Amino acid sequence: MITFADQLLVLVMLINFIMLGTSRLAFAIRAVAVQGVVLGIIPGLLHQFSGHLLMITASIILAKGVVIPWMINDAVRKAQIRREVEPFIDYVPTLLLGAVFTALAFVFAQRLPLAPEHRELLFVPASIATLMTGFLILTTRRKAISQVIGYLVLENGIFIFGLLLTDAMPFMVEAGALLDLLVGIFVMGIVINHINREFSSVDTSRLQALREE
Amino acid sequence: MGPAWLDCINDPVGSLVAAMVLLAFSGVPGLLIRQPGGGQRFAVIVTLVATLLGSAGAVRILAGAGGSRYLVAWPLPFDRCELAADHLSALFLLPLLLVTACCALYGRAYLPAEQHPATEKRVTLFLGLLSASMALVLLARNGVLLLLAWELMALSSWMLLATNLRDRQVQRAGTVYLLATHTGTMVLYLFFSLLQTRTGSFLFPVEHSISSQGGIAVIMLLAALIGFGAKAGIMPLHIWLPGAHANAPSHVSALMSGIMLKVGLYGILRAVSFFQAVPLWFGWLVLVLGGGSAVAGIALASSQRDLKRLLACSSIENIGIIVLGLGIAFVGMASTNQLLIVFGLIGAFLHLVNHALFKPLLFLGSGVIIHATGTRQIDQMGGLSRPLPRTSLLFLAGSLAICGLPPFNGFVGELFLYLAAFQEGMHAPLPFMAFTAPLLALVGGIAVITFVKLYGLLFLGAPRTPEAAHGHEAPAAMLVPMAVLAGFCLLGGLAAPLLARLVMPVVSTYSGLGQTLVMGLVAPVPLRTVSIMNGLLLGGILLIWLIWHQLVSHRPVVSADTWGCGFLAPTARMQYTGSAFAELSGSIFNTSAIPSVRLAALQPLFAAPSLFCPALTERILDRLLLPVMTGVDWCFSWLRRMQNGHLYLYMLYIFVTLFALMVWSYI
Repeated sequence: MITFADQLLVLVMLINFIMLGTSRLAFAIRAVAVQGVVLGIIPGLLHQFSGHLLMITASIILAKGVVIPWMINDAVRKAQIRREVEPFIDYVPTLLLGAVFTALAFVFAQRLPLAPEHRELLFVPASIATLMTGFLILTTRRKAISQVIGYLVLENGIFIFGLLLTDAMPFMVEAGALLDLLVGIFVMGIVINHINREFSSVDTSRLQALREE
Repeated sequence: MGPAWLDCINDPVGSLVAAMVLLAFSGVPGLLIRQPGGGQRFAVIVTLVATLLGSAGAVRILAGAGGSRYLVAWPLPFDRCELAADHLSALFLLPLLLVTACCALYGRAYLPAEQHPATEKRVTLFLGLLSASMALVLLARNGVLLLLAWELMALSSWMLLATNLRDRQVQRAGTVYLLATHTGTMVLYLFFSLLQTRTGSFLFPVEHSISSQGGIAVIMLLAALIGFGAKAGIMPLHIWLPGAHANAPSHVSALMSGIMLKVGLYGILRAVSFFQAVPLWFGWLVLVLGGGSAVAGIALASSQRDLKRLLACSSIENIGIIVLGLGIAFVGMASTNQLLIVFGLIGAFLHLVNHALFKPLLFLGSGVIIHATGTRQIDQMGGLSRPLPRTSLLFLAGSLAICGLPPFNGFVGELFLYLAAFQEGMHAPLPFMAFTAPLLALVGGIAVITFVKLYGLLFLGAPRTPEAAHGHEAPAAMLVPMAVLAGFCLLGGLAAPLLARLVMPVVSTYSGLGQTLVMGLVAPVPLRTVSIMNGLLLGGILLIWLIWHQLVSHRPVVSADTWGCGFLAPTARMQYTGSAFAELSGSIFNTSAIPSVRLAALQPLFAAPSLFCPALTERILDRLLLPVMTGVDWCFSWLRRMQNGHLYLYMLYIFVTLFALMVWSYI
């Protein structure tokens, strides 16, 4: 089962690249939804089956795979955003950067003082690579919607790490983080609405008009 | 054995802790009481109860009753949270409680809730918190707890200072105060961290247990001197003091000047007591700083034209005198000269208690005057002794006491410092310390000039403005606290041996010299004669006044203008001004605050109207610190580019930091 989980993690990392490389918002949203579903499956593979586990898995898949992507799609539709990503750095350089960071994540994971049973697994490099991807999306994309996607990817990276940390399932913690994320999405939704109304655009680089001189 | 709280109150330290807690929460019910004035009245009653309770405990500790140590259960990982009180704490706590009670009662009439609904709740709450946090500083036996209380004290006094935040002067004074106090606190962090590395615990070490050899000890001593000295207002760390004391409400100034400055001195005394021996250089440094503060403080005061700013500068002088006494004692400790230790400490402690009595008295008096005239400018007052007869009498008592003139208490404290200096001058091979005697005399002389000027301009002569003529006497709630303080000032002068008896146990425990040894050294000082002479002087003055009153009351009184050398249209504004009166002393001694004079050039014939406008600058703040700060600001202005408003760049900062940390662990 562990090897199957490893393969799923490889899939997660591939989805990272899809998100970095795509130029279409809708596709990126769908990719993050798929990533959420994959991540929702992994705990089910790692632990003994129980009703509790089933419920948690279902709710993660529902939240990460259905509710949040649907909300983002809704925001895209309501704010009438152009369906392109509009990066600061072009797609190919970001892809290359993503590749470099993923490689670095593997190198770095080797050096972490991990418990011996975790050493051979892909969890740590996948987690760090996903984190980095999240950051890369956050820093290189212009639109508020892409920033929300960046946060989601970031959270997915933290989630992978969380899978590793405790044998007892850290689901209460994870549930709390999910709640945070939901609140965050709501706030972002409101912010996006306001940015849209204020500047008739959702370009976050316009926010610099608000800085203190 | 009664219930637990009764045991607690029976214990002297317990009663002090209880008083502190009562003070801290005295303003809280007021936040919930809707009806204006209810909370204020409640706070006054609670404060009076706390004062009675706490002073009983402090007096019992001074009389030799040992107190328990109190451990507070706290979840912080900084060792035990320990509260205790020894003689030194009790000596500071006694005036703290007295002045707090006076200020609370005075505040009820000075800022009545009925007329100041917006600010009253805040002032009441933070006045209680300020006095409680100062008490906590004095009771704390753990470095972290002391720093917490210290911070609480700084912030609550800032909240009080900023009562009238709309005023630009208040804003400036508040900002300077906040910066100065936090710079001091930063140095204290250094002190307590070094102390922790030395002893392995945040608890205060046993007295005289740390070696005073080595570089770390030097840094610790200097850090304590700077950190605590900034709060005490020792020159050149006084920059915040005049502005802060001048712009706070008067009863807050009284508490800040009378007590909060002393809490800084307590810190220095406590920090020095940790060390095995005081280095000689430290003693001389303290002595020189004290002497410098005394001279520069009073020179600064003599040329002030703002009533409260003058009193604030005079606080610097008095703190200087106390620090001078401490310096004498520290030099004595370093050279094992028992007489210097005892006389220096007695002089310092007596002056400390005395200043905590007469300075609040003067600040409270200044509040009455400001109420009556609506201004703080001395040159716009005059003739106030007629509308404010009682205040004028009480203010006179305070002025005489602060100049160190008999029959008041100020004389007794300075007497010991003079004696220490003379004694050293007669016996020491190199009597450098004897120079403190002429220094003290100089300071006393300028103090007399300053307060003659102040009292004369405020209360004597003719009113310079209509507001000054139509002032009104203060209500009893303001006069009673002042009368209590003035009564204690007089009592200290008339019962000098009693006053000395109050501080002698503290001197003996702090210096480690035996009680009998201290008594023996003090015995030749003619305290009894001093108090008898003070009594005779007071009696004589009263007798002469009675005779004069009898003589005058039967005759008709004619009031007329002063003869103006033939000038036909004299006005009240032609009286001596404060600047004119203090011109000589101001021009000779003002090295730190030369008033910048704007004077229009005079034409040779038929002079046109011209303007003379002396403007005081705060030399250290305006000429030194502000330009330096501006330079620092300029040097770091490139950092402002980091805050550029680009959200993704902020993300990038986080990302780069994370990445750097990862790479760092890799290296």
